[in-house]
Amino acid sequence: MKITLKVWRQKNNAAKGQFETYKLDHVSEDMSFLEMFDVLNEQLINEGKEPVVFDHDCREGICGMCSMYINGRPHGPKNAVTTCQLHMRSFKDGDIIVVEPWRAAAFPVLKDLSVDRSSFDRIMSAGGFVSVNTGNAQDANNLPIGKEIADEAFSSAACIGCGACVAACKNASAMLFVSAKVSQLALLPQGQPEARKRVLAMVNQMDAEGFGACTNTGACSAECPKEISLSNIARMNREYLSAGIIAE
Amino acid sequence: MSNILDSKIPEGPIDQKWTKYKSSVALVNPANKRSIEIIVVGTGLAGASAAATLAEMGYKVKAFCFQDSPRRAHSIAAQGGINAAKNYQNDGDSVYRLFYDTIKGGDYRAREGNVHRLAEVSSSIIDQCVAQGVPFAREYGGMLSNRSFGGTQVQRTFYAAGQTGQQLLLGAYSALQRQVGMGNVTLHARHEMMDVVTIDGKARGIIARDLVSGKLERHFGHAVVLATGGYGNVFFLSTNAMGSNVTAAWKAHKKGAFFGNPCFTQIHPTCIPVSGDHQSKLTLMSESLRNDGRIWVPARKEDAEAVRAGQLKPNDIAEENRDYYLERRYPAFGNLVPRDVASRAAKERCDAGFGVNKTGQAVYLDYAAAIERYGKIEATKKNLINPDKATLIVLGKAVVKEKYGNLFDMYEQITGVNPYNEPMQIYPAVHYTMGGLWVDYNLMTTVPGLYAIGEANFSDHGANRLGASALMQGLADGYFVLPYTIGAYLSTDIRTKAIPTDHEAFVEAENKVKAVIDHLINVKGTKSVDYFHKILGKIIWNECGMSRNAEALKKAITDVQALRAEFWSSVRVPGTADEFNTELEKAGRVADFLELGELMCKDALERNESCGGHFREEYQTEEGEALRDDENFSFVSAWELTGDNQWNLHKEELKYENIKIAARSYK
Repeated sequence: MKITLKVWRQKNNAAKGQFETYKLDHVSEDMSFLEMFDVLNEQLINEGKEPVVFDHDCREGICGMCSMYINGRPHGPKNAVTTCQLHMRSFKDGDIIVVEPWRAAAFPVLKDLSVDRSSFDRIMSAGGFVSVNTGNAQDANNLPIGKEIADEAFSSAACIGCGACVAACKNASAMLFVSAKVSQLALLPQGQPEARKRVLAMVNQMDAEGFGACTNTGACSAECPKEISLSNIARMNREYLSAGIIAE
Repeated sequence: MSNILDSKIPEGPIDQKWTKYKSSVALVNPANKRSIEIIVVGTGLAGASAAATLAEMGYKVKAFCFQDSPRRAHSIAAQGGINAAKNYQNDGDSVYRLFYDTIKGGDYRAREGNVHRLAEVSSSIIDQCVAQGVPFAREYGGMLSNRSFGGTQVQRTFYAAGQTGQQLLLGAYSALQRQVGMGNVTLHARHEMMDVVTIDGKARGIIARDLVSGKLERHFGHAVVLATGGYGNVFFLSTNAMGSNVTAAWKAHKKGAFFGNPCFTQIHPTCIPVSGDHQSKLTLMSESLRNDGRIWVPARKEDAEAVRAGQLKPNDIAEENRDYYLERRYPAFGNLVPRDVASRAAKERCDAGFGVNKTGQAVYLDYAAAIERYGKIEATKKNLINPDKATLIVLGKAVVKEKYGNLFDMYEQITGVNPYNEPMQIYPAVHYTMGGLWVDYNLMTTVPGLYAIGEANFSDHGANRLGASALMQGLADGYFVLPYTIGAYLSTDIRTKAIPTDHEAFVEAENKVKAVIDHLINVKGTKSVDYFHKILGKIIWNECGMSRNAEALKKAITDVQALRAEFWSSVRVPGTADEFNTELEKAGRVADFLELGELMCKDALERNESCGGHFREEYQTEEGEALRDDENFSFVSAWELTGDNQWNLHKEELKYENIKIAARSYK
């Protein structure tokens, strides 16, 4: 396949960025999207140019590090896959593909396609945990949890923290990410003692990081590579409301 | 045997060693903990759990990872599960049995004391993870569910669909972030450790590079813990993440930490086969698939040839013309033989000309029988009398989807083939490294104050790791072992004040790091880093992979030496040192792989026997099974670096007092 790429290049956070156009003549349809970028970078290095910086690590769709905004969609045209699991057989010979970084005030660009998502870590530090020190646990089977509840909590916990939800949202809202963690822990008995405190703290931190508000368009869930459900947001809203009423 | 190496295994009966150790180890009082700083490099299962637990205990912790967040560490990709001797299934499991299975699985090349401790703490890991809110799979009654894994005859593996590593890591990550929020841990993401700083022979800190600004930083610690994973990426193609590397462990090695059993690498039997030269990594299909899948190749060569030529489909090959070679060779364990045995058996069939796929380097993993079997169970549950085959298949597929859905989806995404309808193709690939930094019972390396935990050390898996034991070991080390054993060292160090980082040892270490970086940038050669990495990977895979022989290993050593010389004279690293430069990161890592590769071959050459993942063609039984030599090789190889690519071998004798050494049979 022959592919034309228009890639966002930006030297660093302070610099102004622009699109550069690159042509690749020998793309195999078995390549992953990132392997195509490996080929591009090899070509750039051989031409004496600087390769494109992009985030990636596990390349099997679970670490959440890869983060390309491809033809206007986070992780590209296919549903329920990350960029690393997107294969070139999803494109046609002669296609022009536009690749940008995640765009959000709370995700500043570091270089080219790489952004800073440490705001997610800070939201987790605000409350995305059960306060149990190592060594305090009782026998695991002393706390029976029905399969349906366990499965639902697992579905929420499957979030990989990539930030596609934020990139997809016109308001750059992080509601889907935050609500997935709030839901997982609100569903499980282990998370109950701190449920109210948790939802308030995490939402406060989310706002402090500069993420936008939620207007229920649902783009986040539609673009989520792990298909995290919109119902998590509904659950978080309920949790948040009741926490606000009951606390003080 | 060496008298330098002291494994420090406590005296006493095996089942009381750890209990006695815990109740007699020196403690650090809470007030003193507050002034003791510990550096933890790496934030996977071992690193995150250690950093969180040490901070909970009151130490001041600095955590480092090269990824953009601790949650990205490659532990996240572990699929199948985590072992624990809970005996919830009432099938005869016990601490002793887990201990025994692990020693036997490791082909009698692991330490009894360490492995027994691992089995003892395994239950507490599950308790801790559940308390954190890790959503393990459950039965309808609310109890935890288990499955079986290779090399065992009990069901002791806990899991969360095919994403167990992710859920466990997110649990450890949440505990870590909690401590970050409380101010007990300072987190340095997008930082790579470039060197260990030693003062008076003790580890006292690290030099780290901020990967975004390129700035070199000096960090002091009373102790340094390396939780930096394995070195499978020396092969270029492996199931490791792209960034996984040996650099931190290798820098420690260069500062005096001995390297244990470097040639013990694990080739995982069930990975998606290589599809072309552009391939950047290999994807694992969880071993849990071997619970229900049957592995086979065509029994007739002409069928295999027709399949390779695209003229025959696997579903068209009649039952009697299929060779379920694992069930044939190993009737007692069948498809659940350990990984090294399964990998070699696949290679044997493919080398003999029975492989499928265009390349002939693949075998089938077939779910048709499982789908039908589950269909029948479901039909019985639903009281369906004499259901037709189509109904059974629909019912069976639903069960398989529930158990393995995400793995099947991933397979289809990568290969374009629907595994519900056609057998999957699999082939062995590099997955894990049992070798690593040599550590004693305290998990301390030969450098005082420098610890190695998780995959980064060599300690628990001998010559072959059993499935679902990596997660167990990482979390055991981080939650339940290191937090105790580090006290033995730190209790003697409470009078040491924080050493200012303008100390000459820090200055000197930083200058050396800077010199290496400048060298890499200034070669300005003609070939990319990946060019060298790919060649290195091919050498190690061909000569120091699934099977090895003396002649090939000798050649590999000279080949790696030549490649290393070429690297330093003609690598091209674009950009500068003081910016976000991913090529520079890769160059530094590949430079270290080019040294490690030589040591791996040397170690494989030195070990004149076959054991576990180390198969020397010269040493095999008439049936082609690995032939161990317990009389001469029942030891751990611990390599000391004595000069530029010069090593001294020290041997730690392995004593088996509780397990009778036997030929390892799964027949």
